[in-house]
Formats: sequence, structure tokens, C-alpha cells
Amino acid sequence: MSILVYTESENGKFKKAALEVVSYAKAVADQMGTSVTAVAVNADDAEVLGNYGASKVLLVKDESLKAFNAQKYAGILEDAAKNEGSKVVVVSASANSKYLAPLLAVGLDAGYVSNVVAAPSNVSPFTVKHSAFTNKAFANTEIATDVKIVGLSNNSFGLVESGGNASVEDFSPSISESGVTVESVDKATDKVSIADAEIVVSGGRGLKGPENWGMIEELAEVLGAATACSKPVSDLGWRPHSEHVGQTGKPVASNLYIAIGISGAIQHLAGINSSKVKVVINTDPEAPFFKAADYGVVGDAFEVVPKLIEKLKAFKAANA
Amino acid sequence: MKILVCISHVPDTTSKINFTDGDTKFDTNGVQYVINPNDEFGLTRAMWFKEKQGASVDVVNVGGAETEPTLRKALAIGADSAIRVNTSATDGYAVAKQLAKVVNDGGYDLVIAGRESIDYNGAMVPGMLAAMINANFVTNCISLEVDGTNAKAVREIDGGKETVSTSLPLVIGGQKGLVEESDLRIPNMRGIMMARKKPLTVVEPTDANAETKAVSFEKPAPKGAVKLVDADNIDELVNLLHNEAKVI
Repeated sequence: MSILVYTESENGKFKKAALEVVSYAKAVADQMGTSVTAVAVNADDAEVLGNYGASKVLLVKDESLKAFNAQKYAGILEDAAKNEGSKVVVVSASANSKYLAPLLAVGLDAGYVSNVVAAPSNVSPFTVKHSAFTNKAFANTEIATDVKIVGLSNNSFGLVESGGNASVEDFSPSISESGVTVESVDKATDKVSIADAEIVVSGGRGLKGPENWGMIEELAEVLGAATACSKPVSDLGWRPHSEHVGQTGKPVASNLYIAIGISGAIQHLAGINSSKVKVVINTDPEAPFFKAADYGVVGDAFEVVPKLIEKLKAFKAANA
Repeated sequence: MKILVCISHVPDTTSKINFTDGDTKFDTNGVQYVINPNDEFGLTRAMWFKEKQGASVDVVNVGGAETEPTLRKALAIGADSAIRVNTSATDGYAVAKQLAKVVNDGGYDLVIAGRESIDYNGAMVPGMLAAMINANFVTNCISLEVDGTNAKAVREIDGGKETVSTSLPLVIGGQKGLVEESDLRIPNMRGIMMARKKPLTVVEPTDANAETKAVSFEKPAPKGAVKLVDADNIDELVNLLHNEAKVI
């Protein structure tokens, strides 16, 4: 009957989103009077999940699962959910979790709601709030099935340390066959991804050309942030598509979003609306972004950004 | 190769989103509908398979008669025929179940859907469909090549991409990258005229109960005014982000 949660790791280490989904699962478990069981694959430090509310961790150690495979991973979670008799399964909003969740939903005959932003407002009927219309609105949705899958939006619930302990059990589910094989992975290991980032620094057409991105990257580096861009910038080929954030690009749900030289088209604002604090730097005080931002600087990015980098470096040195 | 492209009928990206009936229904008043952008990238890639590899391309939508202009637009872009499953799209599961029947009845080798629609953003229909028809599945797909029954796809992952090999039957959750924005086609007059004569078949739905139900909607709380910081006083911005917003 426990709440099952999928905790994603990379090179053996849990991602921040994994700790967040466990924190969330603990809140749901408290509402439903049950406990949290986490499923981890090839994680080194499974015990840490206890601190976020898991009482049990089912740990799968299998070299053949080193490359993520949605079908195989969904099969593992299906096995675990059935063994545990879980009525609620929680996953994150990572690319991999969103890949496996629909497969798991069919396997478990479970209703699935993604982009959930808060603990259930009611557990009977099970009702969750989630973003819709690309963050221009929220919907409150009831899940009618016996088993339910909740996909939690990143950075929406936060980490809650409860100081508990988890028992770690080896788990050896039957691994299903899959017709999809990973041939190669191309991933910058020294950079924060937009999905995992707590801070995102984003540039628009106001930066005039790809040669001016050095200061965006430097600002991101000082802040430990991911870099992103507006749609025109990716359409012009100044930056890769993978950096395009907005309605037809990637959604951003960071704690801090800094928009530099981005006017704030409705499609862009929709994509970044889930970010908690928004800062805009733009020469045009009439730019729509100023209406959506928390803090704004009217000024030339080429003067403001180097100053900001300098001040942040001084701030970091003082607070180190 | 028989290709089916799933077309969602969604509010244009510039639409203002409002609700009616005590915030329980989406307000369609004054809303322009378009082909879901993620689906349009897939449709355009399908046209490439049609022109270079002799594939046939059908499009499908689950929805009422009001979605037919969107299907006609897909025909004008170049699809061969359209299917409309005559029922309202209640949730991702019910839509996937309707699509599964269309795929099984039509014997399609490749199904291309968008990774998500820009209205409900569930990102679940392609995966559920794949699981229901026992097909291979690749989502967030930014490149797709098919050679005989083998396929090579590139999937966007957090912070990078991965290349996978797979085979037909295959379901794709597509997005920008499958083709470039500049490859998208605006229907010309000839295409529009031809689209009027192409078959648009209305099929009755199979039994599929929704598993989820949106009971109410709300809009984000109105935002307070922006706090402006002088460009010559960036220390103040750092101070606000640290002490007030507490994000650095």
C-alpha cells in the first residue's frame, strides 16, 4: 500500500529532482496514512533517501541498465508497484521520467497526471493541481483509477528533510525486452541542464549576434546556472535548439530566471512562467517582459551584464 | 511504409487563455485553432518520407466536427487522407485508446505524434498508444531516419541527446528538430483546392472511459509590479536577489 516513487540517479548519484519526488511522496503518504518506498537503479547512496521520507528503498543493481531504457525501467516500476500493492506512484518531470510514465500507466491501468505543482488537494477523490496551457493556467484534475501516477513538476515542491532512515533492499525484477537500443549519448558533462538548473540565464535577440554570448556563459558560470535562449535566437541558428525555452521549446521551472535582451513574447513568457523569480534586463522599458518580471533593469545588456558579473563575483568572494 | 500522423487541434500560441462556466470549461470565444506545433514538425517530416521514400501519409484527430478545418489544413500541406474519430478528447488515456484502434484497423507501420500538445501538455498520448499497440516508442524525437523496417532516431535528453536504433512498428513523440522551423510548409492555393477533394473519413469511437477529469481551472495569481533597479546600481540587484528573493 506504500507510495512508490522513482528516484533518478546519474553516475550513481541522485539527481535533485529525485530528492524532491521523495519529499513529495512523503507528503502524500502522510495524507493517506502510509509510507514511502523508493525505487532506485544503480544508485550508490540509496540510504540518503531516508532523510527525505523514504522508509524503504528497492535498489536494482544491473550493469545492463546503465543506459536508460524507458520500457525496461517502466517494467521495473510496474513490478515494484505490484509487489508493494502501491496505489500511488510518483515520478519527476525529467525527460526520462516523462518517457517512461505513459508506458507505466498502461502497464498498471493507472490514470496519470503530469506537471503537478502541489500535494493532492484531496485524496478521495484523488485531486491534483497541475499546469496546463503551457503554464498560462492550472487545472485541478481528479484521477478515477485505483492506481494513480503523479508526475511532479521540477522545483515545485522543494526538498523537505525529515531526518528518517531507510532500509535498503536488493530488488531483482524481471527485465523486459526492448526494441529500442541506445547507440550513443552526447551530453555536456560540465554544464548544468535547463531541466536540472536552479538558475537559468537566457539571452534574446537584443544580444545582436552569437559572438556576444561569452558574457551570458560567464554569468551562468558565476551563478552555476544553465544557459537558454529565446525562439528567434534558436531559429536564427545563434544557439542550439536545445537551449530554446518557451511554449514550443523547453519549459523552465527554475528558482531564478534572468532574461537578457528578451522582449517577452506571450509564447516565451508562457514557457518560463513556472520560474519563481524573474529578472529582466532590457533597453526598452516598454518591453512586455517588465510586466511579468519581479526585478528589472532598464539598460544596455552590454553594460549591465559585465557589471552584474563583477558584482556577483565580489558577492561570492565575500560569502565564500 | 504506411504513416499515421496524429494531429491535435489546439489554440494558437498567441491565444489568451480564459475559462467559463465557473472556471470549469475552456473559453473558446475568439480563439484561433492551429495544428499543434509539435505535430506539425512530425507532419512535415512525414511529407519527406512520402516524397523521398514513397510512404503514404494519413492524419488523424480525435474530436468533434469543429476540428475538421485543422485536418483540412494537414491535407493541404500534403497528407493523403484524414480520419476523424467522432468523440470529444476527454483525457490522454481515452485519446490513446481511440488512436490504438485506428492504428490497428489501418495497419500503420509508423505513427508520428507530437511529444505533447500545447494545450494540456500531458505528454502521454504517444507513449500510451505505443504501449497499447506493442510498438517501439521514442519521444522528444529530434531526428528520424527509416531504412526498410529499421529506424534510427535521436532523442533529446536533459542536457544533451542520445541516438537510438529501433524498428517498425514505431511510435514517435516528435518536436522541433525533426524538421527545422524553416522547413514548415504554408499550404498554397493548389494544396488547399486539392485538400477539399481528399477523403476525410469520420469513424465512430470505440469504448474508452477517461481515467482523469479536469474538474476546474484557474489562472496564475496576478503579478505584483516589477521592482526596477537602476543600471548604475547593480549592487542593489545582487542585494535584492540575496536578501529579499533569497535565490542566490
